[in-house]
Amino acid sequence: MTFTSLPRPRASAPMGRLRALWQHGDGPFRIILIGASLLVLLLVLGIGAALWLNSDLSRQAFGFTFLWNTTWDPVKGIFGAFPFLYGTLVTSFLALLFAVPLGLGAAIFLAELAPTWIRVPVGLLVELLAAVPSVVFGLWGLFVFVPVIVKPLGIALNTSLGFLPLFAGPVYGPSRLAAGLLLAIMVLPTITAISRDVFRAIPAAQREGSLALGATRWETVRRVLIPYGRSGIFGAIILGLSRALGETIAVTMVIGNNLDLTPSLLHPGYTMASVIANEFTEATTPLYVSALIEIGLVLFVMTLIVNAIAQLLIHRVGATVHA
Amino acid sequence: MSASTDLLATGARQRRGRRRIVNRIMLGLAGGAAVVAIIPLAWIIAYVFVQGIQAISLEFFTGLPTPVGVPGGGIANAIVGSIITVGLGLLLAAPVGMLVGFYASARPRSRASIAIRFITDTVAGVPSIVMGIFAYTIVVLPQGHFSAFSGGVVLAFIMLPIIIRSTEEMLKLVPGALREGSLALGAPEWRTTWRVLLPAAMSGIVTGLMLAIARAAGEAAPMLFTAFGNPNMSTDLEQPIATLPHTIFVYANSPYPDWQAKAWGTALVLIVLVLVLNILARSLVGWRSRGMGAVR
Repeated sequence: MTFTSLPRPRASAPMGRLRALWQHGDGPFRIILIGASLLVLLLVLGIGAALWLNSDLSRQAFGFTFLWNTTWDPVKGIFGAFPFLYGTLVTSFLALLFAVPLGLGAAIFLAELAPTWIRVPVGLLVELLAAVPSVVFGLWGLFVFVPVIVKPLGIALNTSLGFLPLFAGPVYGPSRLAAGLLLAIMVLPTITAISRDVFRAIPAAQREGSLALGATRWETVRRVLIPYGRSGIFGAIILGLSRALGETIAVTMVIGNNLDLTPSLLHPGYTMASVIANEFTEATTPLYVSALIEIGLVLFVMTLIVNAIAQLLIHRVGATVHA
Repeated sequence: MSASTDLLATGARQRRGRRRIVNRIMLGLAGGAAVVAIIPLAWIIAYVFVQGIQAISLEFFTGLPTPVGVPGGGIANAIVGSIITVGLGLLLAAPVGMLVGFYASARPRSRASIAIRFITDTVAGVPSIVMGIFAYTIVVLPQGHFSAFSGGVVLAFIMLPIIIRSTEEMLKLVPGALREGSLALGAPEWRTTWRVLLPAAMSGIVTGLMLAIARAAGEAAPMLFTAFGNPNMSTDLEQPIATLPHTIFVYANSPYPDWQAKAWGTALVLIVLVLVLNILARSLVGWRSRGMGAVR
């Protein structure tokens, strides 16, 4: 088909340049591809810019004191983000406290111990758990998890360890503990699936060498595999943290949405994401909206940093494993 | 001398015994952790089924929400709303996402591809509620009202990184010889992509789209101040619209038992949709294929 057109007439100089740009359609194709890719970059920059510009009022009014001011009083127009910052950090820390050992244990089991007929279906179930929508976790958390597990657990903790400020009463169902535990369940699949993949990417020679030297399976895991996949595992944990920080609906439904700044885990709390979810459409003054958007900005920057760290860590293990 | 080797041997044997016990305990704990990890899934799914099935009837799918205390009614408006917003999101995100995936997979080790991957994963990590605020500031504020359109825009932002990464991963699996063969025959890059790479990677790309749909269909948080919700049937992109996850949120937080029952029914519809999409997607690319993790 193209043979007939092979001996091309010599084009004039501008036509030649045009043809060089056109490149049988590849020139425009590449421009479209690059344009689409720039759109993604623009999206990140756009989010940052939009949050920055729209939180202008609040930033001007409170400056950096916004971050540690403990008063959040929409009626008086005083906005400080500390109660939410505190709630987000406490619940995310609680989530990791439970999800990290469980997730790593499950990953070790799936990658190192389980035979294929267990590994494949259980691995699938773990990934399906990651796909359950947040609002379904919230619904189950509100009507099942909190009354059946969290409240009795809270009462038990309060009666046995109530002298610690951490477990001071009175005991509520919806609480920081409830949010932290529900978050643990929600980030568990993230941590499990990624660290399982990290373990499975470690060359078999590492295991064989250790086992040949007489180490037990567990010693191999602890002394060889975990150090080898260290940065990838850490990346998985950080990614779990990132999900916990930004989780909104499920937390909003079980944390109780309360501004009190108490150390007790059994007390209702509030997080950055849940205050945005709860109050955004009710915010009546421009300053109020602006303060909520500034909380969004802080959350955005936090997850951006946490994600960048996670990616660098996971990317590094990928590079060493594939090298 | 023989006594001391004996002693050494006993010590080694004791140590070996202890190591073996530690081994057993720790491996047992790992297995236990795996069991604990899947209990919540089983519990949630079983509970949603048992509670939800009681609310489900034909009217549940065809009816509109009724006021508190009025029996019957359904979630037809939310089903339609979810289809509209997710469909709009897919329409906006799929072309861009696939193009970016093509670009990143063509030269996977180039600086541009590494940068794209990094930025894409960064976008994937932005909390959906923050995406919601972003869409609020660029769509709702200028327009002056909540709308189905703004809901679709948020969902597009949420789907975009999933589509990019899955397209890229799937194109990378296409043997290089196919691409080289096409280019060697004189086909330009765009024709190679369109006629050779795309068909070869189609099932994988469709998988990515399905995972993106599943993810977007479950997002409630950003809908609070974009699509906003609507108790009536609406198909207008310029009007507020109900969605399944938002409906669950509203009904669950209400104090009325009949609304709460509807929350469970809606949750059943949503979870079946999401799980079926996920299982279908995985069976398309093979059960064992990795790297398509539902991991967010």
